[in-house]
Amino acid sequence: MSATVSSPVSSTLHFQAQASAFASAASDRAPAPLATLRAAGAEAFARLGFPTTRSEDWKYTSVSSIANTPFVAAQDRAVGTLDAAALEPYTFGGTWPLVVFLNGRYAPALSSIGALPDGVRVMDLATAAIQEPELLARHLGVAAPADRDGFTALNAAFAGEGVLIHVAKEMVTDVPVHILHVTDANGAGVMSHARHLLVAERHAKASVIESYVSLADVSYFTNAVVEVSVDDGATLQLLRIQRESPTAFHVGTVEARQGRDSHFMAFTFQTGAALSRSNVFTVLAGEGCGTTLNGLYMLGSAQHGDHQTRVEHVAPHCFSREAYKGLLDDASHGVFNGKVYVHPEAQKTDGKQTNNTLLLSKEAQIDTKPQLEIFADDVKCTHGATVGRIDETALFYLKSRGVGQLLARQLLMYAFAADVLETIENEAVKEALEQLTMVRFTGETSH
Amino acid sequence: MLQITDLHAAIDGKPILKGITLTVNAGEVHAVMGPNGSGKSTLAQVLAGHPAYEVTSGSVTYNGVDLLELAPEVRAQNGVFLAFQYPIEIPGVTNAYFLRAAYNAIRKSKGLDEVDPMEFLDVVEEKLQLVDMDVSMMSRSVNVGFSGGEKKRNEILQMAVLQPMLAILDETDSGLDIDALRIVANGVNALKRPDNAAIVVTHYQRLLNYIVPDYVHVLANGRIVKSGDKSLALELEARGYDWVLEAA
Repeated sequence: MSATVSSPVSSTLHFQAQASAFASAASDRAPAPLATLRAAGAEAFARLGFPTTRSEDWKYTSVSSIANTPFVAAQDRAVGTLDAAALEPYTFGGTWPLVVFLNGRYAPALSSIGALPDGVRVMDLATAAIQEPELLARHLGVAAPADRDGFTALNAAFAGEGVLIHVAKEMVTDVPVHILHVTDANGAGVMSHARHLLVAERHAKASVIESYVSLADVSYFTNAVVEVSVDDGATLQLLRIQRESPTAFHVGTVEARQGRDSHFMAFTFQTGAALSRSNVFTVLAGEGCGTTLNGLYMLGSAQHGDHQTRVEHVAPHCFSREAYKGLLDDASHGVFNGKVYVHPEAQKTDGKQTNNTLLLSKEAQIDTKPQLEIFADDVKCTHGATVGRIDETALFYLKSRGVGQLLARQLLMYAFAADVLETIENEAVKEALEQLTMVRFTGETSH
Repeated sequence: MLQITDLHAAIDGKPILKGITLTVNAGEVHAVMGPNGSGKSTLAQVLAGHPAYEVTSGSVTYNGVDLLELAPEVRAQNGVFLAFQYPIEIPGVTNAYFLRAAYNAIRKSKGLDEVDPMEFLDVVEEKLQLVDMDVSMMSRSVNVGFSGGEKKRNEILQMAVLQPMLAILDETDSGLDIDALRIVANGVNALKRPDNAAIVVTHYQRLLNYIVPDYVHVLANGRIVKSGDKSLALELEARGYDWVLEAA
């Protein structure tokens, strides 16, 4: 833990004090949609506080190490600067619109939004609050209401940093927008509460990359919320890449609301942070829509990584597909909880969920729980979870070709991960993540 | 080359091989036939070193060394090759990468330099023709999305590249249509040399129309109950296995 993070404080008081200081300092000048959200967030957080392991949704993940650390709000620090070349390894070689947040603050000097495709608007949240108050009023705090849980409330209380991405109706673009969160040494002890709004209007198609990287081994706390609206017939892909510092804390929440015949895809890649929690929640509100939630977690040392998904089937004839895979080494701890909730009206729901984890050491552990709550009678929902070690027959196959034990194991670990990486449609991101994974397991890049 | 003497092997404590004795010399092709559950696949797996099988007694000598003492990868590096009945899929690892890793592992064990991807392409190109595979198959993940025939051809391609001394084909013909069968058999025949040998495990006589064995052995209940030349295979095809089993 970093030196700037000092003695533990008790429970939520520190965070409440920070929030009210932030509110009195900033909210007078804040445009209405942000001020409203902040007030609601502060009120909700005071009531909810941080979740405890007594709550079913947090049974396997204790956040006391976050609650007991006096983090400083990102907004209390000036917007820093950085040599843009330092970001190059994290941009996938893409010349895509890039929105950079440095230590939790929007960094216009590092961002290059550039020429956007027709009908696509990308602007930071503070600007959006002034220029697009109606759009924000319609979407901000709607998919992810301030009182959802303690972390979302805390995020709302500090609302201000973030980006609005709006794709007008019938606009189809294959150019992704990359939201890159970077922490450097100046980010030690900082907590940041980005809130992004992704809006795909009717029949639009777009994709967004949301990544978190660190340039220094410092401890900090990311608590991000992404609100997604996928209107009728629209398609939105979200690639979430969490490569925080190994001593960081990360809570990342995505809440989506989907219209008729829409498709939402989220891929969650997780290798970073000492403690991380990913929430991907979607409401299938319109008939015939679908969601695809995939993920890969690769943890080691004493890392703790928790994945929660919740798919709420409200309307009939919708589908959901989930495949999460993990490789856990050393004394790492993984958690997967996949909720599928089928409302009485959601007939003909087609849901499929799998979670497969490889344990690479005796100390590694996984708590995996599919949770199906079905209140309609004509549905097809399946789930399957496996926890295992490397398949002996596959290992034998590689060795029977002369490949030694070590490389054979490494290749099979890579193959296990690559299987789910192959579902990523963005070729550049897919290849970059494959390379990362290959290097992680074999120490070399070519494959 | 290979002397198997009174070999007994079990899986999960259940005996499968109950005293196999067989000698294979350089230049020979042996067919091992038999009904389901006779132990013929187990024999193939045990020779290649599958860890699930426990050798309970007997010996296997390969070029003068105790084969059973060697790890599977060391057996491969010394020229033993098993073509799998059910080849394994390896997502994300290309055929080219995997086969080059195997090729280099074997070269390294012999004190030879490893080859780079470009040099390896030269090695592979001619072998691809042998099994009628397009070079594009090399950039696909190992066996992922391959048809049954493509998987078996891929096994023969691996064999062609790795050039084993002792090739063991475990029901390579199962599930193949006649065209695929012919391609696989041609591959095997083209690789035949006076200094190597093959053990062809098969359920059907059909494969032996294309790969002509010097010896045919019938396995039943974990033992070789009859041996003969290629005419035995034809007789089995015409009369089934029952007469052999009754006579045994």
